[in-house]
Amino acid sequence: MAALVLNDEQQMLKDAAKRFMSESAPVSQLRALRDNRDETGFSRELWNSMVEMGFAGTLIPEAFGGSEFGNVGMGQIFEQAGRNLSASPLFSSGVLGVSTILLAGTDEQKQQVLPSIADGSLLVALALDEKPRHAPAHVHTTAQSRDGGFVLNGRKTFVVDGHVANLLIVSARTGVGDKDADGISLFLVEPDAVGVKIERTIMADSRNAAIVHLDHVKVSEAALLGQFDQDFDVLEKVLDIANAQLAAELLGIAQEAFERTVAYMQERKQFGVVIGSFQGLQHRAAHMFSEIELVKSVVLKALVALDEGDQEASALVSLSKAKACEVAELVTNEAIQMHGGMGMTDEFDVGLFIKRARVVQQLLGDYRFHADRFARLRGY
Amino acid sequence: MTDLEAFRQETRTWLEENCPQSMRTPFAADDDQCWGGRGFKFKSEDQRVWLERMAEKGWTAPDWPREYGGGGLDRQEHKILREEMARISARPPLSSFGVWMIGPAILKFGSEELKRQHLPLIVRGEIRWCQGYSEPGAGSDLAGLQTRAEDHGDHFIVNGQKIWTSYADKADWMFCLVRTDPDAKKQLGITLVLFDMATPGVSTRPIRLISGSSPFCESFLDDVRVEKNQVVGEINQGWTIAKYLLTHEREMIGGMGRTAAGQKTLAQFAVESIGLENGKLADGFLRSEISRWDLDARAFELTAERVLDEAKAGHGVGNTSAMLKYYGTELNKRRQELMIAMRGSDGVVWEGAASKEGMLPRMWLRSKGNSIEGGTSEVQLNVIARNILGLQ
Repeated sequence: MAALVLNDEQQMLKDAAKRFMSESAPVSQLRALRDNRDETGFSRELWNSMVEMGFAGTLIPEAFGGSEFGNVGMGQIFEQAGRNLSASPLFSSGVLGVSTILLAGTDEQKQQVLPSIADGSLLVALALDEKPRHAPAHVHTTAQSRDGGFVLNGRKTFVVDGHVANLLIVSARTGVGDKDADGISLFLVEPDAVGVKIERTIMADSRNAAIVHLDHVKVSEAALLGQFDQDFDVLEKVLDIANAQLAAELLGIAQEAFERTVAYMQERKQFGVVIGSFQGLQHRAAHMFSEIELVKSVVLKALVALDEGDQEASALVSLSKAKACEVAELVTNEAIQMHGGMGMTDEFDVGLFIKRARVVQQLLGDYRFHADRFARLRGY
Repeated sequence: MTDLEAFRQETRTWLEENCPQSMRTPFAADDDQCWGGRGFKFKSEDQRVWLERMAEKGWTAPDWPREYGGGGLDRQEHKILREEMARISARPPLSSFGVWMIGPAILKFGSEELKRQHLPLIVRGEIRWCQGYSEPGAGSDLAGLQTRAEDHGDHFIVNGQKIWTSYADKADWMFCLVRTDPDAKKQLGITLVLFDMATPGVSTRPIRLISGSSPFCESFLDDVRVEKNQVVGEINQGWTIAKYLLTHEREMIGGMGRTAAGQKTLAQFAVESIGLENGKLADGFLRSEISRWDLDARAFELTAERVLDEAKAGHGVGNTSAMLKYYGTELNKRRQELMIAMRGSDGVVWEGAASKEGMLPRMWLRSKGNSIEGGTSEVQLNVIARNILGLQ
């Protein structure tokens, strides 16, 4: 088992990501996208540079055009994206898209999709949830066999970057079993296929998640991904990989919001002294520091566990997502309170951090979802 | 075979041959621990033999230099010894404030004479130590301590009162913070001295806690003569050593948030106490609370692991002991609260089998002291805010 420290290669990637995100995708960029009501919701130019940096292919094997830096490597990028609130399709394509294809796809499907994700020419979105609260096994979208292919009907929500994707991956019910998780299959769907309607929704964090309507959408047999009726296991692994990255992003958000708050406490004066001299605030800051230290540990452990194929990986991912959600919520709330009235203004960035944190928390399961899953995986 | 592999083989064989069978089970009761000292009554012949054999190899203090009786093991060998002992569930042969606290301080700050006098006796478990730090008027504000040591040329005469001196009634020697310069700024006039508890003028009285009887004592020092060669480090420089020892103590107490080997996890305790329904704990509300604790506890364990890994890799941030102490003790308090809650009326039985003769409620009450002893949670938060975050 690897030690809970970054190796030299991972540390270099972290440093590179840190420099890149703060220079090329700072908070001001998100602000500009929001204020200009940008159609894409992220900067294509930025995405091209991220592709050049090799970020898009971090989880892709070298054989398919990636750099194969693994989950720990990708985690370093997401932590920095969290610190800078960098908007990009790295999560939808580079994490969800890549890992679904990698775990469920045939060699041919991998060859078709992965190199195009790595070179930035293809954007993928995973259409999964149907209810407002994350419930991956709750699938009412159907796929019925017809004429050697399938016909899909249903409605998907919270499809990250669905409005700009060139390819959709859709979970649908193909059978009924003892459990909700039985009888679920994954399909590749072209967004411009007849019957597909994509509605862009702008979320609280000024980023995009679409509602995807599927009305008698015909796909070929070759569109099936993985094992008919038995794709839920793959989906769970994909969600583990994805949630570990979201936890890393939340860690970045929490650290940045915290550091900015501590800096503010050292400069803002009231009653003739800096507010950082008040013990009422000091203890809350010290508590947050401790909580963030815990999040650093669980995030790194989950990423390492995924890379090593640790049997406990799922429990560790739920641990990391739960803890990261809890602490990001704590820290972004305290950040506003400690910034006082300024924290409520749009002019200060604090508000942007709580907005992004809340969306990431609710994406693919919040604290409650993962605390429950953790308990289940631990046998109670 | 590399040297380390050879060392592992030798260690394994030696332990197999020398660790008595009855010393290969976790501690079942408090008095299973061997504290050593002049007046110690061994619970069994095996306990005595185990201490003697381990002490002979220096393995009661494995990483101390051989010349002072220690094992002379390097970090990797020490790790192997721990692993091999864990492999056969061997008990620690000696529980000792000498090994844990004053020994390392003497090694780091003490004179050659002090090292030769005290360290071998600590290794052999012949002298048991207690710590004289807190005073009735100096708790969180430890540097405000008032026990006076008057200079009489080659010795001091010490007068004052110490409190929370664990096992003072059973200890042979005390390491004690005293004020040697009443006029200096308070941290600058403190000295760490050592004296025999049999010295005239030393008396102790046990303290009863809300959890019942306890190892804590009050210690009274009336005209106690302390030789100057029993000063650790320099006169008036004791605060530096005190801080070093406090860091050590915090790490030890903070470790209580972790589940020890052989101890039941809270989840196991919950399943036994409440039972499962469809694979989930039968009480949904308790299940949420237990899960919340379990997440924090696992995250805390991993943090202790990460801090250690970072230190080994040579880029630790340092100063994490305050955080570990704060978080670990609060976790232990929460754990005890949950255990009491899970057992319902049985959880508050003071005398009787239902709570193992009150062990459960006593542990619960005792845990309240965890966030007070060794520096309160509030002091730890002050340390983090000031030293790490730079808030003042």
